[in-house]
Amino acid sequence: MSTFLGMPARPPRSPYGTGNLRGDEPFPRAAHQELGNGQLRRNLHKATTTIRAKRLNVTGELPDWEALRDAGSAIKTDAMNRLPELLEQLELKVTEHGGTVHWARDAAEANEIVARLVRATGSSEVIKVKSMATQEIGLNEHLESAGITPYETDLAELIVQLAHDKPSHILVPAIHRNRDEIRQIFLDRIPGVDPELDNVPAHLAAAARAYLRQKFMTTKVAVSGANFGIAETGTLSVVESEGNGRMCLTLPDTLITVMGIEKVLPRYQDLEVFLQLLPRSSTGERMNPYTSLWTGVTPGDGPQDFHLVLLDNGRTAALADAIGRAALNCIRCSACLNVCPVYERTGGHAYASTYPGPIGAVLTPQLAGMHAADDDPNSSLPYASSLCGACFDACPVKIDIPSLLVELRHQHTEQAGTTPEKLAMKAAAAVMKRPALYTGAQKAAGLGRVVAGRDGTISRLPPPFNGWSDSRDTAAPPRRTFRAWFASDEGRATLRAAADEHDRGQGESDQGPGEPDRNQGEDGTR
Amino acid sequence: MTSARETVLGRVRDALALAPTPATAVPRAYRTGWALPDPERLALFTDRLLDYRAEVHPCTADRTAKVVAEVLRDHGARRIGVPAGLDPRWLDAYDGEVCQDAADIPAPRLDSLDAVVTASAAGCAETGTIFLDGSPDQGRRALSLVPDLHLCVVDLSSVEAGVPEAVARLVPERPTTLISGPSATSDIELERVEGVHGPRTLVVVIRTDR
Repeated sequence: MSTFLGMPARPPRSPYGTGNLRGDEPFPRAAHQELGNGQLRRNLHKATTTIRAKRLNVTGELPDWEALRDAGSAIKTDAMNRLPELLEQLELKVTEHGGTVHWARDAAEANEIVARLVRATGSSEVIKVKSMATQEIGLNEHLESAGITPYETDLAELIVQLAHDKPSHILVPAIHRNRDEIRQIFLDRIPGVDPELDNVPAHLAAAARAYLRQKFMTTKVAVSGANFGIAETGTLSVVESEGNGRMCLTLPDTLITVMGIEKVLPRYQDLEVFLQLLPRSSTGERMNPYTSLWTGVTPGDGPQDFHLVLLDNGRTAALADAIGRAALNCIRCSACLNVCPVYERTGGHAYASTYPGPIGAVLTPQLAGMHAADDDPNSSLPYASSLCGACFDACPVKIDIPSLLVELRHQHTEQAGTTPEKLAMKAAAAVMKRPALYTGAQKAAGLGRVVAGRDGTISRLPPPFNGWSDSRDTAAPPRRTFRAWFASDEGRATLRAAADEHDRGQGESDQGPGEPDRNQGEDGTR
Repeated sequence: MTSARETVLGRVRDALALAPTPATAVPRAYRTGWALPDPERLALFTDRLLDYRAEVHPCTADRTAKVVAEVLRDHGARRIGVPAGLDPRWLDAYDGEVCQDAADIPAPRLDSLDAVVTASAAGCAETGTIFLDGSPDQGRRALSLVPDLHLCVVDLSSVEAGVPEAVARLVPERPTTLISGPSATSDIELERVEGVHGPRTLVVVIRTDR
């Protein structure tokens, strides 16, 4: 039964080469390409600016926003601590209410379960609700290879699917497209669309409505993800805006829901927290237009055949890391993307994973690993950040993303073994320990001025330091080092003058409560 | 051979054993038990609904039939669907065709209805949310989804001030739909557009003395 036969085993990552958790090239190279796309940057800037203002507006109006964040964070942490019992409880409750629960170790197993369930219905097509989990496992590609046609029904996912594109944002996967581009995609790819279609968003949405209406009415099988699964009651939830979710969850005969095991919540009451945190953080609305809650099968209402697929695919590997597991608390609101200065400029494709942005940079490497030997693009993700901390401030469940990034950088360098960087650091440490050597080294560094440009910066360093200079200019070493200046007559005279001035200032003001010792200390470090 | 279930649960236990963390208490210092007097709850609920561009008609219970008929007439709804348990008196003043829904009516047939009239299970003023739970006066979920106009009658006494108070009214096992305004999308340049797949028009009749 249990694998508890002595030492606990470290759970495996998502298998290499499966699903959509790894790109072909490292972040800096991919970002470099994306940054060259001016249209993309304008689209992203407009969209992220809009959503940031909306989010601040609706989170600011709640007097208890911080208390809600504290509760949300603790509920998720508590759920992770009690995951085995909660998953078993969820399974029991769903089964009691007429649903069937399946378990999938990885992407391939989940895909095969879904394909098998669809085949059993005799249907050769499925309608899909936007779902990160099914994107992660590459379900659409698998279904297509099995002769089953998946139709994405969320407007943005439809745009992405029609354009044979990839999602670039958790909430609005087509954020990289503007209205003109979307109009063109619809004109090119939707059969029978009005050739007079203009670029007004309402008209574009109406075109999607007309196209998908027939699919909703006739397709017998739907596939969804889940925002929350309540262990206490077996209730599942999809939070959405357009009504495509309601259509898929209600009209077909069969519903298959793929849910990551970390989506479980202990109690029904916990919804009172997350139904406040999620919409305000994600679309910046007080409440999203539609939320569906269903428990197994309800006779006479909705699909009479319900399947829940519980997915691991590297989640247990993340859970085995005391620090990194906080990333599993993510409720996929995308607030961290919208506030991230890196995401705003590079967009989501540069991360090359289903999960882009700050949360993607900590989640992806934990789900799929950073394989040092294979020059894994995922190894570059923890560095795709300036560690400014805006993501932590915005996160509704208070995931300390900057600390997670630093931890992953640490793990990466530990794994990486001996690198030129490590050797250089070791050499620097040795030199710094010996004053004479250090002074000599500084003199030698002055030679760096020879390679600096006219603006006093070095834009290209020789290997192995070119990794640093690819994305940064390095200031040329100064003509004279601080140590040399400090020891010179000029340095001594300047310091003496500064000290005299300081003493005079102290005497004149003679401030009582000011702590002179501390002031002095501060001045001294300036 | 070990089943996927045993493997996944085993991995979860292993993970927790490798990185044990102390039990976490959940602080629930956020606002609960929030109450507002009727006029304030009505004003807040109405403000939120209008913000979503829903249509709002406050009225007293004795005027329900008149308001329902006026709304349906104004929207040109000549053929409407109703759940089996809807109070028939609400339709006393309506002169169009009324189709009572049943579980065996195929969903595409609902597409030919001009509107649907339902009651509601609860409401939340703070977020302008209506809760439907599939009770006989609200019907199955498809009924309030497929027609393009949803007229929902809400009793003010069932509208709570905040989300926790409203969630506490729900019965978990019932298929529940939270509705906050008409169907909408923000998928194009993150600008909100009302009207995608769900009803493009949401009309809320709030009975202020019920």
